[in-house]
Amino acid sequence: MNDAPNFLEVEQLTVARGGVPVIDIPRLSLAEGEVLSLIGPNGSGKSTLMLTLATLLPPTGGRIRCRGEAIDSDRARFAYRRRLAMVFQEPLLFDTTVFENVAAGLKIRRMTRGEIRSRVMETLELFSMAGFAERSASKLSGGESQRTSLARAFAIRPEMILLDEPFAALDAPTRLALTTDLERILTETGTAAIVATHDQLEALRLSTRMAVINRGAIVQGGTPAEVMNRPANEFVASFVGMENVLTGTVLACSQSVATVSLGGHAIELVGQAEPGESVIFCLRPENIAISTTDPAGVTSARNVIRAVVRKVIPMGIYNKIEIDCGFPLVAYLTSQSIDHLHLDPGKTVYASFKATAVHLLRRD
Amino acid sequence: MDLIYEGFAKAVALLAALDREVLDITWLSLKVSGTATLLSLVFGITSGTALALANFPGKRLVVSAVNTGMGLPPVVVGLFVTIFLWRNGPFGSLDILYTPTAMIIAQAVIATPIVCGITVASIQNLPPNLRLQILALGATRPQMVWLLIREARLPLLAGVMAGFGGVISEVGASIMVGGNIKGYTRVLTTATVMETSKGNFDVAIALSLILLLLCFAINYLLTRIQQRERPR
Repeated sequence: MNDAPNFLEVEQLTVARGGVPVIDIPRLSLAEGEVLSLIGPNGSGKSTLMLTLATLLPPTGGRIRCRGEAIDSDRARFAYRRRLAMVFQEPLLFDTTVFENVAAGLKIRRMTRGEIRSRVMETLELFSMAGFAERSASKLSGGESQRTSLARAFAIRPEMILLDEPFAALDAPTRLALTTDLERILTETGTAAIVATHDQLEALRLSTRMAVINRGAIVQGGTPAEVMNRPANEFVASFVGMENVLTGTVLACSQSVATVSLGGHAIELVGQAEPGESVIFCLRPENIAISTTDPAGVTSARNVIRAVVRKVIPMGIYNKIEIDCGFPLVAYLTSQSIDHLHLDPGKTVYASFKATAVHLLRRD
Repeated sequence: MDLIYEGFAKAVALLAALDREVLDITWLSLKVSGTATLLSLVFGITSGTALALANFPGKRLVVSAVNTGMGLPPVVVGLFVTIFLWRNGPFGSLDILYTPTAMIIAQAVIATPIVCGITVASIQNLPPNLRLQILALGATRPQMVWLLIREARLPLLAGVMAGFGGVISEVGASIMVGGNIKGYTRVLTTATVMETSKGNFDVAIALSLILLLLCFAINYLLTRIQQRERPR
């Protein structure tokens, strides 16, 4: 235990609303610069937990420590709050210009005009919003508003940022663009972050660690691959969906197709990465075709892998089939196909999938 | 019809001549109602913000009471201020009944619930999470309250207009606590009542025109501020 203390440590945290316990978290920590995603359905207590972590909602029990120091007095809470920033689902912008909005946290800290000017422009640049500085915040689109809100939070150079469903109200393309930018900015600035989301792909892209929350309790924590591939219980499994989340090393990359080594296989996927890099990628079970004969030459899929059937689990209208390719993979098949192919545990099959079916999630 | 026509003609002549007494009356109206409005802003915005942000049992009752107070009949206010300032009343020793100060007090009492009620509504209309967002930006409590008030400034300007409009045009309280003393507590409304009762319609119309112009000018000014504030 001679490591430097985590940025944030939570012990035995409980929160009750109207006498009803809504949060009960025995332990939660966030290392310096770490990005943790908090995933769970609506009403699972994500927002309540985020507000409690920001000390904007008093807990009924337990303690929060920042770098080993207990946040237990008004003075400590205020000092701690000045080290963090929070972004909500709604942009909550002030009815003034974009510039003034981003300057808000700096003005609160009584920085000089010159410092404010350069810091605001620098932060707006980071979020590709520099051209919007003198615009009225009330005239921005949803995406621009949320960019401004994020810039306002990052402008104070927080040591930790709490993002409560920041993109939930945005349309898919805007959301994707913002997730990409946020991922880059979090990495560049090295800001520790907790991202609450109900979107697992967003969580996968942004975070190195995931915590699944349900009914105010963390039901599973771990790396995205752990949570996705080995859900701790039925709730997690049904919530995260059964994804094949895999980690491999890039062998080569040309013309936006990367070849990744995993379990003795070379898997081709669409994406840019440097050779030698470790990458996380995922493959939806429904995008994997299973056959009993080698489809090479018959299929247009770039990836064909020989595997052994481990388990067939009926799931109603379809069956989940777990195969071993030197790494575990899950595919979905209809009952008809299972019968037709005589898929029993131990049988040798070929799994094929297109390079475009593999999503490069992040580069580590 | 002649009465009105002649009244208007004479009124215009009176205005054109810049009658000394009329100017004094106008200035006093502006001074009394302006001061009363300022006082009501101090009390109304402070209490309204506190009320909007506080959580206590019976809050709804208090807010309802404030909202009722927005329509407080000036004669009732006049009656109670008179009683309080009466020679052997609780504040009789101040000896300010029938002075402009008494009128300012009465008008401030009328305008404060108006400003307070509009403040409560304006602050409560802000997004509920805005308060938390401001605190999360590192604000102290006073900074948070200040930013909320600033954020509600446009509806609050409507409160200023309503408050000022309410007191510059009220007559009941002013006549009761001011006494309509010539050259001392006579304002546009009390003078209009008197001239009308004497049958001097021309003077009454002139005074009414000034009152209307005054109201319009002040509201025009505030509206300009309100519109300009909104950045493009």
